[in-house]
Amino acid sequence: MASHESTFRPSTRAGKWLDERLPLTRMMHGQFVDFPTPRNINYLWTTGGLLVFFLGVQIATGVALAMHYIPSAADAFNSVEAIRRDVNYGWLLRNVHMVGASFFFLAAYIHIGRGLYYGSYKTPREILWILGVVIFLLMMATAFMGYSLPWGQMSFWAVTVITNLFSSIDSVIPGLGTRIVQWLWGGFSVSGTTLTRFYALHYLLPFVIAAVVGLHIWALHVAGQNNPTGIDIKSPAEAVPMTPYAVVKDIFALSVFVLLFAWFVFYLPDYLGHPDNYTEANPLSTPPHIVPEWYFLPYYAILRAIPNKLLGVIAMFSSILLLIFVPWLDTSRVRSAKYRPVYRVFFWMFVISVIALGYIGSKPPEGEYITWGRVFTAYYFLHLLVILPIVGVIETPKPLPRSISEAVLGERAKQSATAGGVS
Amino acid sequence: MASQTAEEPNRRDFIVIAAQAFATVGAAVALWPFIHQMNPDASTQALASTEVDISPVKPGQAITVLWRGKPVFIRNRTPEEVKAAKAVRLADLRDQAARNDALPDNARATDENRSKLGKENWLILIGICTHLGCIPKGQSMGDARGDYGGWFCPCHGSHYDTAGRIRQGPAPRNLEVPPYEFLSDTQIRIG
Ligand code: HEM
Ligand code: FES
Repeated sequence: MASHESTFRPSTRAGKWLDERLPLTRMMHGQFVDFPTPRNINYLWTTGGLLVFFLGVQIATGVALAMHYIPSAADAFNSVEAIRRDVNYGWLLRNVHMVGASFFFLAAYIHIGRGLYYGSYKTPREILWILGVVIFLLMMATAFMGYSLPWGQMSFWAVTVITNLFSSIDSVIPGLGTRIVQWLWGGFSVSGTTLTRFYALHYLLPFVIAAVVGLHIWALHVAGQNNPTGIDIKSPAEAVPMTPYAVVKDIFALSVFVLLFAWFVFYLPDYLGHPDNYTEANPLSTPPHIVPEWYFLPYYAILRAIPNKLLGVIAMFSSILLLIFVPWLDTSRVRSAKYRPVYRVFFWMFVISVIALGYIGSKPPEGEYITWGRVFTAYYFLHLLVILPIVGVIETPKPLPRSISEAVLGERAKQSATAGGVS
Repeated sequence: MASQTAEEPNRRDFIVIAAQAFATVGAAVALWPFIHQMNPDASTQALASTEVDISPVKPGQAITVLWRGKPVFIRNRTPEEVKAAKAVRLADLRDQAARNDALPDNARATDENRSKLGKENWLILIGICTHLGCIPKGQSMGDARGDYGGWFCPCHGSHYDTAGRIRQGPAPRNLEVPPYEFLSDTQIRIG
């Protein structure tokens, strides 16, 4: 753990008694009260707290929904309708869970973008970063299985299309892909059997996520937080205790974010969803235009950009798995894009290409969209595999400030020093 | 104690290795029921068969029935559609295998191998796109049938011809021909 003085003194006799037997409060105090946070972290550093909040919201509302939801092909759709209409506050719980999944992903995307911009994946934070990618993958699996539960048309066909991705293995080892798909389905097509197992896993995975989040925070508290300059903390004066400073800032950011969230929950609960999902699943008819939830669209666009089934699937999965290697693909020794004029331009081009892919993923696979889908898919991989390594070598970074204090206080520090004032 | 570096394996080494091997194999064996429980069980596998009366299906029409939870397309092709399917050169096909459960794996994707002799107007196929499992359009009169007049899968744009063979788009294989037989001129059994 990042070294710092413990100010923890158990104040009650019971507290002291517990401290000598299980120093849990001491650990919490050390990690979440005294823990030194860089003075200069900006609002992007509040996204971690947002994510913890949304995981809690999903678990709390999920457990409540599970008390009314029936995971069978015959009853699932109607039980969700009953939750919306009959169950006391069921409409609220369901809207919060449904919109919560979207906002969870929104916060995760900002969080990941923050890491990419400020080079938070670089030494000594590689494991921290990789755990983040693992959480992201688990989130995707959880949301995918959750989306199957209302058993509407989109639920059913999304499950069909996504589980069928594994059948592409047939072109390498004939028969194996089909075996895997039938194993996932528990039959020869998506059915109630599939729904029930997805429900079991949808209940389980969030707790796995919570465990990995624990490791993620552990790794964070070993390496310490990065900051907008990407420079390590050099003196204790450059840090402030997490409580109250960082925590209060987190709460403020959370309040603002939750206002936006509440607006969607109360006024636009279905805005981010798809109307076809209010038609019950029908295995005999595919809706004319299947689209996944918005947070999967960029990957869906990559899948469709490649005309070969197996290669499309490989491209889609590697677009995420490649993130694991970013700490080594980026060859620059400077962390923050603030001091990397060339990388900064490419960073924004990468962001634009991901957003463009998301837009293309929402469109039918025809004409122009196919071409542009290919262009941006190519750029996505180009960025990670070619641009990141090369820019790190050829770019001349701007001069780094000597310390966080110098970067933050800058001229002001020098002036007040000469004027003999206190900062 | 005197250090003995090049010692013969003793009873303790044996016990350690045996215990580890036992635990590893045991864990692997214990895992299997957890994996296998997810496979289709016997009641699902029991090859249910479906009998269908095809007399109401007029030339140019099609119906969809359910077999093993999968949609099966039954199409009464017009003579023009059969002719178009027969006219296609094998070399122009994306997938040259017949994909007919009744024929060996190496049978070619000719129209003869996709239908039954003397009943060429009937085309019976599993109505699942071989790309990612959507149900192609083309069964109803008003449906888009794609550039080759058979079926069109709207999910990612696969075009099938009038023999259900993949001609364009991301799907890798022809639509599969399930096992079926004619019980009479108007009755078929699938499965
Ligand atoms: C990582 C956290 C979670 C995510 C991202 C997530 C995501 C989702 C999504 C996207 C849906 C579909 C909403 C809809 O369109 O109707 C859903 C439904 C559901 N989830 Fe979760 N979920 C999470 C945690 C949980 C937990 C912990 C439970 C249970 C303990 C749970 C129980 C349910 C139930 C019962 C439904 C069906 C009701 C409905 O569709 O509204 N979820 N989830
Ligand atoms: S599922 Fe038919 S084209 Fe993809």
